[in-house]
Parts: sequence; structure tokens; C-alpha cells
Amino acid sequence: MRIETPLARVRGLGSAKEGTEHWWMQRLTAILLVPLGLWFVSGIWWLVMQGASHDAVVDWMRGPVTATLFILFAATTFYHLKLGMQVVIEDYVHNKKMKWTMLIGLSLGCFIAGASCVYSVLAIALRG
Amino acid sequence: MAQAPGSDSASSRPHAYRQQRPLVLEVSETKSMKPSKAKAGGQAARPMSPHLQVYRPQLTSVLSIFHRLTGVFLASGAAMLCWWLLAAAAGPDYYADAMWFLTSWVGYALLFAWTFSLFYHLCNGVRHLFWDVGMGLSMRATYASGALMVGAAMGLTGLSWAIGLAVYFS
Repeated sequence: MRIETPLARVRGLGSAKEGTEHWWMQRLTAILLVPLGLWFVSGIWWLVMQGASHDAVVDWMRGPVTATLFILFAATTFYHLKLGMQVVIEDYVHNKKMKWTMLIGLSLGCFIAGASCVYSVLAIALRG
Repeated sequence: MAQAPGSDSASSRPHAYRQQRPLVLEVSETKSMKPSKAKAGGQAARPMSPHLQVYRPQLTSVLSIFHRLTGVFLASGAAMLCWWLLAAAAGPDYYADAMWFLTSWVGYALLFAWTFSLFYHLCNGVRHLFWDVGMGLSMRATYASGALMVGAAMGLTGLSWAIGLAVYFS
């Protein structure tokens, strides 16, 4: 006999102990990355046309729209990257210690890389 | 209802495509099937599905594997982007170091591979989003969108580099 109410069963989320959060955030970041990815490629195009010099990069990122979109692009990219690589690690790394070391390293690495990108864009944009 | 064998024409079958590309698990007599390799408990160590070594590749499965491969490879591209941005923020000298790497032969090869991987992962990602809302899930549509996606990824990569190189040499 099942003593749980249907609501408790739903909240318990079954044996996986997690719901659709991972899947949903992967889709949300994917949708966001379609326009942002195309914008990024077009930006790199423009940069190459300017000779990809340091001055050109500073000029490009000084614009408020570019800086905002770039921060959004970097943050979304590393979030999406984390979700995707997490599944790859979970699929192929079966040694428990190795798996958790890699998962923790992945999360921390994505935080650090994302923060460095945000800092870099702000530093270039706000330096004057 | 028993149907006489061979009486169904290709047009009357909803999944006529399967006749041309049968989804067959080709399990041959592999080493793992021999009794000497049997696991404890008397169970033979049979290959589990989907087992890449004995699974005949189809366009769908190959494209799916490439989606993951390009995703993993793009992670290295994100790391490069991070280095490049930090270098740009640190100043022209550091930026020159990053650009020295990017404009080396290794750098150009990586940039080309990253370009293709990005367009591939982006186009196939859009394909996945359509599947998520229940569109294009039939066998025929899956093969068609797969071919279209590969064409689009190659076209966009070619276009990007053609324009880039044209500007560079002009």
C-alpha cells in the first residue's frame, strides 16, 4: 500500500531525486544561444575586417550594447557548457571519485571562466 | 490480422524508409559471447544496446554522436575565448600573445574547426528544439532535417571563411 499522497510523490521526484531543471535550463540557454551565437560570429567577422587589432577590440566592446550582449553570451555559454559537459561526464566516467572530482572541477571551472569573461568585458568597456 | 508476406507495397507502409535503411543490430560472434568471458552468475556478457561496436551506423546516430563531439570540442573554444578576452583586458602585449597563437597554423586550424563545430552544434541544436515541441519526428523528416542541417553547417562555415579570407586578402 502506498501511503504517499500524489503530491508527495511528485515532490519526491522518483528515484532520480531531481526533476526537469537540468533539461529545462539546457533548452533555455540553447534558445538564448541561437541569436547570441550568430551575433558573436558576426562580431568576430567585423573584428577581422578591422584587422583584429587590440584597438578594434576595445572600440567594439566600449559600446554598451556590445558589452551587455557579450557578458550575456559568455555567461550563457558557460552555463550551457556546464550542463552539457556534466552529462558527458556522468555518461562515461564511472569511477565515483574521478566522476565527482571532474564534476566539481567542471562547475568551479565554469564559474571561474565565466567570471573572468565578465570581468574582462567590463574592464575593457569601462576603462574609458 | 496476418498479412501475406510481400503483399505490402512501399507506399502503403508508414515507415517505408526503414526498408532502405534497416535498423538492424548486427551482433556477430564476438569474444564477449564466449562462455569463458561469461560473468559470474552464469549470465553471458552480452553487449548492451546501443553498443557502438556492433551497431550499424545510420545518419541519425552519426549526427547525434557528432553533436556531442562538437559540444565537447566547443568547450575548448570557450576556454580560448576566455584567454583571448582576459588578454585583451590585460593590455596590448598580452593580446599580442593570444593573437600570435590564434594566427599560427595551429590557431587557424582550430579556428576553422571551431567555426564548423559552432555552426553544426547550433543548427543541430535548433533541430533538437523542433523535436522538443514534437515537430519533425518521423523517420523521413529526421533524415531530411539531418541532411539539411549538415548542408547548412557546411554552407555557413564556408561562407564565413570565404568572406573572412576575401576581406583579409583585399
